[in-house]
Amino acid sequence: MPKAKYASLPYILWSLVFVVAPLALVVVFALTTPDGGFTIANVTKVAEYTPVFLRSLWLAVLATAACLLAGYPLAFIMSRQGGISQRTLVMLIMLPMWMNFLLRTYSWMTLLENNGIINSLLGFFGLGPFRMINTQGAVVLGMVYNYLPFMILPLYSIMTKIDGRVIEAAQDLGANSFQVFLRVVLPLSVPGITTGITMVFVPAISTFIISRMLGGGANMMIGDLIDAQFLGNAYNPNLGAAISLVLMIFVLLIMSMLNMFEDSEDKEGLIL
Amino acid sequence: MENVMIGLRGIAVDFDGERVLKGINLDIMDKEFITFLGPSGCGKTTTLRIIGGFVEPSEGDVFFEGTRINDLPPHKRQVNTIFQRYALFPHLNVYENIEFGLKVSKLPERERKLRVGDALELVGLKGYEYRNVNLLSGGQQQRIAIARAIVNQPKVLLLDEPLGALDLKLRKEMQRELKRIQQSLEITFLYVTHDQEEALTMSDRVVVMKDGNILQIGTPQDIYNEPANAFVADFIGESNIIDGIMLEDFLVEFANDTFPCVDKGFEENERIQVVIRPEDIRIVSPDDGKISGVVETVTFMGVHFEIVVDALGYKWTIHSTMSVPPETIIGMDFTPEDIHIMRRMEEE
Repeated sequence: MPKAKYASLPYILWSLVFVVAPLALVVVFALTTPDGGFTIANVTKVAEYTPVFLRSLWLAVLATAACLLAGYPLAFIMSRQGGISQRTLVMLIMLPMWMNFLLRTYSWMTLLENNGIINSLLGFFGLGPFRMINTQGAVVLGMVYNYLPFMILPLYSIMTKIDGRVIEAAQDLGANSFQVFLRVVLPLSVPGITTGITMVFVPAISTFIISRMLGGGANMMIGDLIDAQFLGNAYNPNLGAAISLVLMIFVLLIMSMLNMFEDSEDKEGLIL
Repeated sequence: MENVMIGLRGIAVDFDGERVLKGINLDIMDKEFITFLGPSGCGKTTTLRIIGGFVEPSEGDVFFEGTRINDLPPHKRQVNTIFQRYALFPHLNVYENIEFGLKVSKLPERERKLRVGDALELVGLKGYEYRNVNLLSGGQQQRIAIARAIVNQPKVLLLDEPLGALDLKLRKEMQRELKRIQQSLEITFLYVTHDQEEALTMSDRVVVMKDGNILQIGTPQDIYNEPANAFVADFIGESNIIDGIMLEDFLVEFANDTFPCVDKGFEENERIQVVIRPEDIRIVSPDDGKISGVVETVTFMGVHFEIVVDALGYKWTIHSTMSVPPETIIGMDFTPEDIHIMRRMEEE
């Protein structure tokens, strides 16, 4: 229908200007010298930062796993509640997201500092002080705290679609609670799991605020590295673009692996 | 004497402070096809769910082959359920759906394969093993649900309005199919429906329920010919229900006249209700009839005409293969056997 074609025009224009063009610019910057000549030196230089990449990957994987482990049971409980208690739980999950992201992360700094609230409290009982701020643990904690709703909400929305009678049918056929979970609830919630992982992993691997505020200088992540190339004293936009490009390809590869996993789940029911 | 498979003793259930089952007592026999019949909200599905283990009774005991099973979770009960709208596993294919119960009970694969094959054969869906269940028709999904339940060789199969979502023709076909399956497996079927015709055609016994009470238990013939009260009479097919007085044994007064009948055991001059089935009334000339009246409407129903006759202010319904023109005065004749006397319902 030609009408539908015209209707999509604004979106095509929008994505050309704000998605395709910036992406193209990143590629152009990554493959050029400051004076405009072609080079692959920027991209090869990225290899020097392998430890930062690995650290980012590791912290993001940890945070995503923690979000999944913490969010999954809660999402399931929420999805099986009715009426007011369900809405209250959803509200409680959403509530912290209304607060400014920076403010939330700042408050964790004051909690975790060497003479912060937690250590003061523990000191009162003669414990500690423990070193909590500027550790990898603090970075992961910050990520989990900030990104947990992005895991819970897609899981919750998929789980509410699981028909209660299907669970009853499984029980009826002799499945105990663990088997019901393993054979019915888990496979039916795979789309929520992959969405949740994407929603947490992608911002987690590229964050720079959380690692800077809670991780100190020692736990630099890719985001910090890129930030330094554009706004920091290391000023080198071409290198920054190259790092971004590599990170992008990196994330794309991981996401397509995840999608392959989901597709194979879908196809199981569609063989023949 | 047959074996009692399931016993319900004084079962009561409260939902949100409201009593939805009010003391159900019932013995369900081995190998019988028993149907719980009643309007929605009568407690028939709740009773089924108690036996399945999904609802815990607030009062009373459930027995399975003589053992109390109140606290037994659903997955440990030797009953299987066919749910409303089937509740097939959307992520599994036909074979995996049917195999589910066997797999969780850790049966070896060879045995599983054989039994799934037999179950598919029984429901007439051999060759559908690797189909996607979401793409099957309602009737096929229904058959898969049946196969998934019976493959576990349950002693009792619970069916919760299984044919409700099917169209009339398919429903008739599945009724015959279910009866055939029940007879070939020789297991107890506990069937829940609000469709009186379904209940009458398939069941060995029918349990008529209303507002959490059992009103009558009996064979389809008993229920139809000798309804216990006006509600049962009205719910099971069409009826003429008239207030009357039982003068003495075998003599009843209604419609300003006295009639001989075959019922006894009532109090003298007890106020009762009389039921006469529309097909039991014969149209005769006004002088030959027991009651005469004026024909009001005549409707062609396919097999018969439905004729509404006004006699002394009461609208009688007659089913006849012959038509009569409206406004004519006719006589209505019936035999003493056609008159059925019921006690008045307590609420009235």
